[in-house]
Amino acid sequence: MRNSFQKLLLAAVVLLFAGPVFAQLVVPEIPYDAVDPLRMPDGDYLGEAVGVATSSQGHIFVYTRTGSVNVTTATNRVFVRNAARLFEFDQSGQFVRELGQGLYGFIFAHTVRVDPEDNIWVVDEGSNMVIKFNPQGRVVMTLGRKPESIRIPNPEPEAPPAGVGASQTAEQAPVGVGVAGDNFNRPTDVAWDAEGNIFVSDGYGNSRVAKFDKNGKFIKSWGSQGTEPGQFRTLHSIATDAQGNVYVGDRGNRRIQVFDNDGNFKTQFLNAGAPWAVCITPGPHQYLYTSNSNGTSNFDNGEIYKMELDGTILGRFGKAGKLLKEFGSTHEIDCRNENELYVGEITNWRVQKVTLHPERAQTQLMR
Amino acid sequence: MRRCLESCSVIVALLFAGPLFAQRPVPPRPKAFATAPDIPFEASLSFLKFPADLYLGEGIGVATNSKGHVFTYTRSGESSRLFEFDPNGNFIREIGRGLYGFAMAHAVRVDSEDNIWAVDEGTDMVIKFSPEGRVLMTLGRRPESHGLDATPRPGTPPPPAQPYRFGRPTDIAWDAEGNIFISDGYTNHRVVKYDKNGMYVDEVGSSTRGSEPSQFSTPHGISTDANGNVYVADRGNSRIQVFSNDLVLRAIYDYVGSPWSLCITPGPHQYLYSSNSNPDNNQANIAEVTGEIYKMELDGTVVGKFGVAGKREGEFTTVHAIDCRNENELFVAEITGWRVQKLTLHPQTLTSSR
Repeated sequence: MRNSFQKLLLAAVVLLFAGPVFAQLVVPEIPYDAVDPLRMPDGDYLGEAVGVATSSQGHIFVYTRTGSVNVTTATNRVFVRNAARLFEFDQSGQFVRELGQGLYGFIFAHTVRVDPEDNIWVVDEGSNMVIKFNPQGRVVMTLGRKPESIRIPNPEPEAPPAGVGASQTAEQAPVGVGVAGDNFNRPTDVAWDAEGNIFVSDGYGNSRVAKFDKNGKFIKSWGSQGTEPGQFRTLHSIATDAQGNVYVGDRGNRRIQVFDNDGNFKTQFLNAGAPWAVCITPGPHQYLYTSNSNGTSNFDNGEIYKMELDGTILGRFGKAGKLLKEFGSTHEIDCRNENELYVGEITNWRVQKVTLHPERAQTQLMR
Repeated sequence: MRRCLESCSVIVALLFAGPLFAQRPVPPRPKAFATAPDIPFEASLSFLKFPADLYLGEGIGVATNSKGHVFTYTRSGESSRLFEFDPNGNFIREIGRGLYGFAMAHAVRVDSEDNIWAVDEGTDMVIKFSPEGRVLMTLGRRPESHGLDATPRPGTPPPPAQPYRFGRPTDIAWDAEGNIFISDGYTNHRVVKYDKNGMYVDEVGSSTRGSEPSQFSTPHGISTDANGNVYVADRGNSRIQVFSNDLVLRAIYDYVGSPWSLCITPGPHQYLYSSNSNPDNNQANIAEVTGEIYKMELDGTVVGKFGVAGKREGEFTTVHAIDCRNENELFVAEITGWRVQKLTLHPQTLTSSR
């Protein structure tokens, strides 16, 4: 009807042009199963499941956009709305407990990660904070500071007040470098190296990686807004390998950038779409998973790639959708076990446990 | 200081926006009003029994499942809240308390498999719960909030509608294959069709209000019949538009007032209920000529009407939803009276008196 012919025509044209690009890749599909393992208590709910991570005991932590009631804002109307909540589940998906109920820094969840000592770190892009909990669930470190109040934009553009916000550094610095220190602007993710140094991807407002020592002391930051190597457009995810190299999901530039431990650019991977979520496996042979997630307004792409740390793609699995084994805007991947991933999805309000069967793929190829 | 003043004025303006609504012109009585026979009925305000510490806010949504359980979706002091009652009206439980998708309730409907679907115009989301109350599917997405956007100036053209985002959606219906139809809504003016897995199929209307055939002005309610035809309450245009399953316009019924809510009965002989509700701005001279619910054949023939605007039991305080799983045993949810009534119709009396 109406314009469905036009749509069909458009789709055909798109396919004609898309075909050869995909044909070059010849990426093997990795067979996989998926379940929805988490069991919330009756009467409680996950919201957008933006963060998921496991501890060394296999407990599953989910940082979600939902929760206890706060008065906040949405678009141009004021609503009573919820905040962010952090839940812990055991290996079988049974609910264990909630951490950080009503926490001052829980506003708009972005990611959760668990460090080698089983501390739980959440990154909240609403409060501009990174919060470290010890395994018992107590706050032991904070990075960044929550703004005291929410700014309501003026209908008319406002002249900057004289003498304020015009420091030399801000004047000379390129857009997105931020201010030295932990003054985040919608940070997105956190990673650590073997010495415990902390790397924060920051983020939506800034375009930099900030490095801190294990005690939270600022060391340096690198990057600004742009498309050159070492520049970023929405760096959305971050991971380190055993050598301390830093892999940054530079989502807006559709590439993964690799830096050494001091922030020197080493290489970039342009072959795996827009990296919404990256994860590097532990162990002697490390792998990199990256999700080319669908945006929250479409169901394009959605596949997750498995790569060597040098960027060689080994395989892929999944696509965007609402069913089991499909992904609704994958936002974080946990890969503590190489073939048993946890995938947190924005729009499906769900965490899936994905079991990969790469051995089946090999047998299929040999046939 | 200047900013503080502006912030304050924004919030104050929002708080006091209600009383500033302009006086609206009084519409004529619907064409069908004079000739439609009155259907006798009884009403009960006390059917739903709330625990002492639980209150209904604005009665926005009401729906029953196959076991006769009653679900109400309400705008309460806390947020949107969804309550379940047993067939005798006893409170059973709350579903989705504190849910991320709940901000400003608009509709609740129960599908043929007893899944419960809530439409929330505050979060721009449609949420499917299993009969046990677990979230099975979400449609649309709550806008992220990083501050307060200025209200667009009057006359600003609306952004184009997106396949997977809603603009204050209003209602939901399904066909026999499980395809999903959403009326969307206050800032979009369209009907969107998805398949049973939530994948976009097609739409009619646009983000722009219009009064031509297949255009809408606040599509406020939606229902399907057994053949998969789609009936849309085109409230701002005071008409019901009927579409085929692939959204081709079939008919327009423009003689039953401004349809706030539609409901189509199940069974071999299906009927259509449509409420010409009195407006929720409490304008007395309009309430005098609105408030009745029409019963129609699916072809648009008016069978009868019942009800008037008013605050007493058996009168209506802006009907916002009708449940008609039983043809002669309806539930109506009312905005301004914060209540749900159970209605028992006696059309046989009507027949004998004719």
